[in-house]
Amino acid sequence: MDKNLNVLIVDDYKTMLRIIRNLLKQLEFDNVEEASDGQEALSKLRTGNFGLVISDWNMAPMTGLDLLKEVRADARLKDTPFIMITAESKTENVVAAKQAGVSNYIVKPFNAETLRGKIEKVLGHA
Amino acid sequence: MPDGNPPDQIEAAVRAVLGSLSGDLTVTEAALLGELEALGREVKRAKSEIAALSVEDINESHIPAATDELDAVVEHTATATNEILDACETLESLQSKLDEGSAQALGNAVTRIYEACSFQDITGQRIAKVVSALKAIEARVAAVTGSFGSLPASVGKRPNATEGEQLANGPQLPTAASSQADIDKLLASFD
Repeated sequence: MDKNLNVLIVDDYKTMLRIIRNLLKQLEFDNVEEASDGQEALSKLRTGNFGLVISDWNMAPMTGLDLLKEVRADARLKDTPFIMITAESKTENVVAAKQAGVSNYIVKPFNAETLRGKIEKVLGHA
Repeated sequence: MPDGNPPDQIEAAVRAVLGSLSGDLTVTEAALLGELEALGREVKRAKSEIAALSVEDINESHIPAATDELDAVVEHTATATNEILDACETLESLQSKLDEGSAQALGNAVTRIYEACSFQDITGQRIAKVVSALKAIEARVAAVTGSFGSLPASVGKRPNATEGEQLANGPQLPTAASSQADIDKLLASFD
């Protein structure tokens, strides 16, 4: 697993971005960029070179699900591993995310061990 | 009181009809007019009850005060969470000065604090749901008290919302929420 890859974390709660960034630091991922909604994330993805996206769902003006669809529809970005970390825990949300091509799905509140496990799984398959 | 209010109009209409039909009322017509009169009285009574409730206070002070309080709660939790995270980052920077066992123990404790700090996001989303419920109540009250004259077309989701927006419900109550294990099982069922 390449821990030098660039990770984009997307959440409209600044505290959550800070928490995820710190947890990633503990996992030795130091190249972390932030975006506060899907639209900002998409423009960063299009101009940057990211090996992993970790995104919230419930954001405006662009939700995490809509961001995921944009990523999967973009020729250059479509294979980027994409983990959803969200409080949305309804079956219909998980199904919609899976159908849109999510790599894995973490429900908030989550623990560091779950995050580590999902990242390993997703990057192992990348 | 000829001010054009519905109960007065009904009363006036009933009186007019009664006057024009003097002596010729059938039993059915009399019953119908009696019902109309009762309906008029009922509307009048409901109106004075609504007035006595001072419903305008709900929109003028109660709901704005409640939403301001909730916004302040979110702000306070965000400030406090950032303070906690500052302190955690300071503690983590001391790890290199400790022996291996202590550094590990400190790291584990800090991780648990990070995990717990996600309460700020979850409670913030729950409070946002309460605020939007209060705003919906405010709109209904405004409609009932006549500020807008009619009910707002929709206080729900926009009809042209994306799938992501339509499914953005925020956190579920613990009894209705799926666990990480449930979600893992569901995802695995696709493979």
